[in-house]
Amino acid sequence: MTQQQMILNDAELNLANEKIKLEVNDLRLYYGDSLALKNINLRIPEKRVTAFIGPSGCGKSTLLRCFNRMNDLVDICRIEGKILMDGQNIYDKKVDVAELRRQVGMVFQKPNPFPKTIYENVAYGLRLQGVKDRRVLDEVVETSLKGAALWNEVKDRLHDNAFGLSGGQQQRLVIARAIAIEPEVLLLDEPASALDPISTLKIEELIYELKDKYTIVIVTHNMQQAARVSDYTAFMYMGDLIEFDATNKMFTNPSQQQTEDYITGRFG
Amino acid sequence: MKAWFRTGTPWIWLNAGAIALSLVMVLGVLGLITVQGASHFWPADLQQVKLTKADGSTQVLLAELVRTEEVSATVLKDSGIKLEQQAEFYQRHLLKMGNRDLYGRDFSWYLEPQLSDWSQPQDAIVIERREWGNFYGFPLRLLQEGQVVAEGDKLWPELQQRIARANEIYQQIALIEKGDIGRINKKLEALRLAEKKLQLAAADDATMQAHKAEAAVEKAALDTEYAALQQQLEQLYAATKRDVLLVRSAEGKELEISLGNIVHAHFPNAMSTTDKLLHYVAAIWNFLSDEPREANTEGGIFPAIFGTVTMVILMSIIVTPFGVLAAIYLREYAKDGPLLRVIRISVYNLAGVPSIVYGVFGLGFFVYIMGGSIDALFYPESLPAPTFGTPGLFWASLTLALLTLPVVIVSTEEGLSRIPSTIRMGSLALGATKSETLWKVVVPLATPAMMTGLILAIARAAGEVAPLMLVGVVKLAPTLPVDGNFPFVHLDQKIMHLGFHVYDVGFQSPNVEASRPLLYATALVLVILIMVLNLAAIQLRNRLREKYRSESD
Repeated sequence: MTQQQMILNDAELNLANEKIKLEVNDLRLYYGDSLALKNINLRIPEKRVTAFIGPSGCGKSTLLRCFNRMNDLVDICRIEGKILMDGQNIYDKKVDVAELRRQVGMVFQKPNPFPKTIYENVAYGLRLQGVKDRRVLDEVVETSLKGAALWNEVKDRLHDNAFGLSGGQQQRLVIARAIAIEPEVLLLDEPASALDPISTLKIEELIYELKDKYTIVIVTHNMQQAARVSDYTAFMYMGDLIEFDATNKMFTNPSQQQTEDYITGRFG
Repeated sequence: MKAWFRTGTPWIWLNAGAIALSLVMVLGVLGLITVQGASHFWPADLQQVKLTKADGSTQVLLAELVRTEEVSATVLKDSGIKLEQQAEFYQRHLLKMGNRDLYGRDFSWYLEPQLSDWSQPQDAIVIERREWGNFYGFPLRLLQEGQVVAEGDKLWPELQQRIARANEIYQQIALIEKGDIGRINKKLEALRLAEKKLQLAAADDATMQAHKAEAAVEKAALDTEYAALQQQLEQLYAATKRDVLLVRSAEGKELEISLGNIVHAHFPNAMSTTDKLLHYVAAIWNFLSDEPREANTEGGIFPAIFGTVTMVILMSIIVTPFGVLAAIYLREYAKDGPLLRVIRISVYNLAGVPSIVYGVFGLGFFVYIMGGSIDALFYPESLPAPTFGTPGLFWASLTLALLTLPVVIVSTEEGLSRIPSTIRMGSLALGATKSETLWKVVVPLATPAMMTGLILAIARAAGEVAPLMLVGVVKLAPTLPVDGNFPFVHLDQKIMHLGFHVYDVGFQSPNVEASRPLLYATALVLVILIMVLNLAAIQLRNRLREKYRSESD
């Protein structure tokens, strides 16, 4: 058995009792001629938090962007293999990318609110879908902001420009914007790396709450963060998936030497 | 010294010096045209002075002193003037004597020794006339149909009242001539064209007859209306001729001036400073709101202001969507490659093409080819008289839009490229398509940059003259391009333009001295107009920036 196949053994990975939301099969990704992701095989369980860790440039963000096909925007990027969501290949020609991105929301490293009011930021996704009913919009904006733990801070200034919020608030606004269209999967690309410790804590608490409803995949550089918020962790190195396991096991008793070295800070 | 150089202070001085020099130049230009242009409207005193001619005879002059300069004796000798004294320099005065109907010319130079006995008589009057320029002299009597109605102390109030009445009648005449008669003429022309159209379409006899009968009825109605107006006009003209002012010129000639010919009268020497100030403000207002008279050497510049503004607005309406759409395509959709690079370089270089070349292109392509085709397709009945196949407002605006297109494209492209990619990503990640992202997020964010492009375009277009001479701007347009007749904005009409007006007044004027202050005043108005247009656009941009405040801008 190859190393990859070993990793995929469900019983060992404690995945036996989980429903699988996303399944990556033999994924290879090229930037021009260089191979950025080398034959990735991975399963991400539903309504759990899965963290991708690894040194800079290891391909974890690239892999994350494969789930909502953000890599399509890069001209020189080419993908082989499959990613199945609920058994459907998202790289199938029939798949509507916009529809996919509605199901797979994403939050970026730097807060990127639109130059609109707080209200319009959250309502943006719904307006794209053609929702015009004011009552529906009001309700969704409120629940989404509450869901992102921002409601109490902004309820009196919903119609102020979103740029007036602090960085941490902006990031939670972006999360509210993402959950307003009720995605099934939420991709978080180092969501707290540009924030101060208190804001980071709030985002982490939020992730903990959100996992009841969403399948969350988070990329992080912060080992403690991965340990705190995630149920499963994938360690990547140089475009390879080195190890994937339940977070508890990964941080206490990793099966690969490389993983142990990275987690304990001996390299990376 | 070396240490001083090393501190960097000399650089600061050098930079500050460059700024200071620029400021001096800008302020110098503005100062010159302001002083020269604005001083024209101040009511100057009338000087009564005795002129001793070379043959010893004398003449009394009543004139405004325009300016005084020194000339060397040699220059004077060379021009054949005999000098008695042996001074090296002589002062000479430029006098505005008005009364062109009496003297043939209204400006004249006189040497200081020729003039003596300067005085400012209190009863000297300045009469601004519709024809023959100003009259300077002394009022004697006011006559109504040959009967004296006022003289002496009572003359002035009575005169003012009757001038006001005459001006009112004059306005009524203008209203009828330009409004009602213009409308009737347009309708008659429309009838004629409708008939010709039927002929061209080879309509059968029955329709032709029906149309002719209909047209005849309509024409008869219009003719009666016209006759009534004509009668009314005759009455009004007679009414303006009712009053006549008898005046005496400085050397004693008496003459009659019909009140219908008087725009305004005042006694400059008897006016207090407040009176003069009021007169000054009124004169400036008249300059801005009146139509030009006497081959643009007198009167106002309103049609030129109106034409400039209309043309610039029309140009903005044309250039903004074109430029923005082109820039969006270049920046967002076009595939990078040699072709795109060639297109981009071409667009950027268009900004460097001399503007007269655009004028030639506008005349050759827009006016003759496009306009000619439009005429052939839509206005065949009025041929051979061209409708759009001749220079006009629309072609002028279109040519200027083409001229300013690169500016708008470049600014918009820069604005688009400055929108952070994270914002686009954010929108795409929410399931927006590329075009939704573009129109809902990216383009609104880039509007301030588009406005910057538009501001630059307006500044360039409003000041452009050379291409306009070829594509639609004329020395004197009989009517404004916007009026009450359908379709209200007449794109085919020729317009007046401040920049061209400056050129015309400066170089083509039959009366150089009379038009000189108007030249400066017109230039000042042009500068102010461009400033106002720019400030309005900048204000708009600032409001947009406030709305879309972000780190990207």
